[in-house]
Amino acid sequence: MLRATLIFTAGFLASLGAGWLALPKTLYRTEAQPLSFNHQVHTGDKGNMACEDCHSFRENGSFAGIPKLESCAGCHAEAMGETAAEKQFVANFVKPGREPQWKVYARQPDNAFFPHSPHVKAAKLKCEKCHGDHGKSTTLPLYQVNRISGYSLDVMGRPAGRWGLQRAGGMRMDDCVACHRQNGLSHSCLDCHK
Amino acid sequence: MTRTDKASPAAHYAMIIDLDRCEGCGDCVVACALENNVPPPNPKATPRTGLNWLRVFRLEAAGRDVFLPMPCMQCGEETPCQSVCPQKAVELDPATGIVGQIPERCLGCRYCMAACPYQARVFNWWDPQWPAGMEQTLNPNVSVRQRGTVEKCNFCHGRWHAAIEKAAAAGGRGPVAYTPACSEACPAQAITFGDLNNSEFAALTNKPESFRLLDSLGTGPKVFYKTASTAVRAAVTGAAKDTPHA
Repeated sequence: MLRATLIFTAGFLASLGAGWLALPKTLYRTEAQPLSFNHQVHTGDKGNMACEDCHSFRENGSFAGIPKLESCAGCHAEAMGETAAEKQFVANFVKPGREPQWKVYARQPDNAFFPHSPHVKAAKLKCEKCHGDHGKSTTLPLYQVNRISGYSLDVMGRPAGRWGLQRAGGMRMDDCVACHRQNGLSHSCLDCHK
Repeated sequence: MTRTDKASPAAHYAMIIDLDRCEGCGDCVVACALENNVPPPNPKATPRTGLNWLRVFRLEAAGRDVFLPMPCMQCGEETPCQSVCPQKAVELDPATGIVGQIPERCLGCRYCMAACPYQARVFNWWDPQWPAGMEQTLNPNVSVRQRGTVEKCNFCHGRWHAAIEKAAAAGGRGPVAYTPACSEACPAQAITFGDLNNSEFAALTNKPESFRLLDSLGTGPKVFYKTASTAVRAAVTGAAKDTPHA
């Protein structure tokens, strides 16, 4: 009897472990960024830049997102420091004029409408409110993409087992709705969905 | 569910269609389809199964042809489609007065189509298909709907989004002014669009020549028609009553 109970409990725990820990992780695939990027070097004492120096608004009020190669090349036409990553960037991207194909953590699904200007210009939200302390990071976080939807973990889906997958920041629909509710703002579906 | 929208004061968008100006050219229908990514008709489509967010009917009255453009009327009271939807896929936005259709939630039961007194709703019998190259002209501000969902006019919601983004870039918040594609395209300027909270615009809807279709149903439609001819008015309101749902 004891043996049977032990076998059952072990099997039960193993299935639970697989269901809660292993399976959620298999739902996501990790993809590599084209280049290792250090935000902290740019925003810290060395570079002393603000977010909007690179991540700027266009003239029509839309947000440009990740800067194009020409903005980077303005400073990095030649390597400024000694790091291997920068030398690699200059050699592989700046010199041949090849645009790095960044994976965008914040890329929203096609049916979502998220304009930066009402949030940043009108409501004066800080970038960190949604993107977390990305500007102080020394390495890029893992880019994990949902195998079914093709969207990043950062914008879509909360895995059943949260351990090891959850990150700070708030770019999921739940985060948008929670903030709108808290501030008594309109949160009809079509306020944000197309 | 009751809500307070303290930071975005309510707008009540409405439309006035001048039947004395409309010449039935159909520009509004084309502009609507292009703006809202409505695909060209499937080869198997019939007049009953085709897709159109805006239809123009032809009637005869007062010795002339009268053309009647019919978008969704955006009923503001006891909205029939909203009250029957089992999926909560229809939503009356208190901040704009626009009745929105949420294709992701729609399961295609078509109760809303049966409930709509104006037959303003259409069903996607086929997945949308565009002739090669034409998909390049799709409007990125409007999502494409899939087979098995109902869709309808939403007063060019994508344009409303774009107007909000533009206003906010200058630091503005609250209701915005914008023009739907049909109103912009009309060469006869028969379609006027505005906010009923704007007293100047609201006064236009209160004129004696203004009327609404099936007003007696009490659904508070926000599309107004106007004509100086009582014969035209009688023909149009009479035709609306003759539809099977009235």
